Amino acid sequence: MGMLNFLVNSDRIMVRFLRYVGQVSLLFCHTLYWTFTSSFHSKRFFNQAKIVGVESFFIAVFVGFFIGVIMALQMAYQMMQLSAEIYIPNVVAVSITRELAPVLTALIVAGRIGAGMTAEIGSMKVTEQVDALTAFAVNPVKFLVVPRFLALTLMLPVLTIFADLFGILGGFIICVFKLGITAPMFVNMVTEALVVKDIMTGLIKSVFFGMTIAMVGCHQGLSVRGGAEGVGRATTISVVTSFIMIIIMDCLFTVMFFFVFHA
Amino acid sequence: MIEIRHLYKMFGESRVINDLDLTVRAGETKVVIGRSGVGKSVLLKCINGILKPDYGSIRVEGREVTGLNEKEYNKIRMEIGMVFQGGALFDSMTIEENVAFVLNEFMDLSPREVRIKVEECLAMVGLHGMEHFSPSDLSGGMKKRVSIARVLCMEPKMIFYDEPTDEVDPVTGDTIDNLIIKLRDQLNVTSIVVTHDMSSAYKVADSIAMLYHGRLIADGTPDEIRNSKHPVVQQFINGKADGPIADEEALLVGNGRMIE
Repeated sequence: MGMLNFLVNSDRIMVRFLRYVGQVSLLFCHTLYWTFTSSFHSKRFFNQAKIVGVESFFIAVFVGFFIGVIMALQMAYQMMQLSAEIYIPNVVAVSITRELAPVLTALIVAGRIGAGMTAEIGSMKVTEQVDALTAFAVNPVKFLVVPRFLALTLMLPVLTIFADLFGILGGFIICVFKLGITAPMFVNMVTEALVVKDIMTGLIKSVFFGMTIAMVGCHQGLSVRGGAEGVGRATTISVVTSFIMIIIMDCLFTVMFFFVFHA
Repeated sequence: MIEIRHLYKMFGESRVINDLDLTVRAGETKVVIGRSGVGKSVLLKCINGILKPDYGSIRVEGREVTGLNEKEYNKIRMEIGMVFQGGALFDSMTIEENVAFVLNEFMDLSPREVRIKVEECLAMVGLHGMEHFSPSDLSGGMKKRVSIARVLCMEPKMIFYDEPTDEVDPVTGDTIDNLIIKLRDQLNVTSIVVTHDMSSAYKVADSIAMLYHGRLIADGTPDEIRNSKHPVVQQFINGKADGPIADEEALLVGNGRMIE
């Protein structure tokens, strides 16, 4: 009986999961359709780009900077025992550009922007503003989702570049002022260790993270039922789902880059 | 003219609209009354394509709309203005941007032409000079009037009002009723007004239709409805707690489901 219950529940979870994946995929297809078939509405795009890019800039570089500092100090703890402090700039630069800056920036943006998107669109849904768009012959995906999708897809890599720079700056400050590595030596080590594909793999990931945050956030918003409670629940689900999706995608991309492209 | 035949709409197990037949003649104001949850708002949303009916026919100006794709339906929607229950004004826009929404989206007008049109529409609903306010600055009644102004910018042939006098004070409610009558007389629009406010219904209606369990149970002039012998109609229009509706609800509560 216990096994039967487990199977029934597993089936339900599986069905719900597949339904969710189907709905998000359908929204993604609609978004791509409207992105390439409707005229570009610059005002709506720049409004969203400002919210995603400009308003998230300081938190992204703040986190990037301190991750650089922490990485350098944590590495120093191990490397000093081996008298290999000189390699700290390499490790900090590569791990920040390939992994830490794209993932942490995506997580920050998912928490800040993805949740906001869900709450905003969800509130519009429960107050019939989304129905009003349809009633005025305006497709809600075109009006609400496309500008957010484009803004996140384009601005997240930009934020990631700044997080990369400030992360390396954080590492620089520790290496130069604490570990006795000279500034020219630090720059030399970083430029020798860091190659274009390290930066590109991070940026490619951040493009897909941006798409994912936009799709999950907008889908949850458009799926809201009920009043304020429904909006709150959808916002929580949006953040948790985005976090999980970012980590899963990060793992898949890292595996793909490592085994397929040897990058 | 709007003709609805054998319309069905279900949400899960619940049949909200159940074999509904209704005709709204060109230029008339049809008031649809009924208790909350009988499918009045769903009916409006089925006509303008926000919801897809499960079965049945809806003809708008002689054209069957139930099988239309989005692009074709949008042409019909541009002829139907919808005033939503809470106004459904866009929070992120000013009143001017809300009223000018359709003009900015679909019409190639200069900013000056748009501004003049917005001023005209706001003046018609008695809200001249409110262009730069935000929806959150307005009272419920003002939001509904802005919502009507937004619809007027479309120059629609038909206007649907979903509970236009709900949650507003009696004076504001009467102002909105007068506005509905003015628009019918001046613009000759066909209107459907969904409400359970009977004083408003008698005032604005050319004819009144009553829905019960998703079906039409009465349709006639305000006087015919007032003098209807149907016990459900009588209980509803007189706002009595005792009667067939309450008896049925007692069965629903007692057994958890309808007893036929």
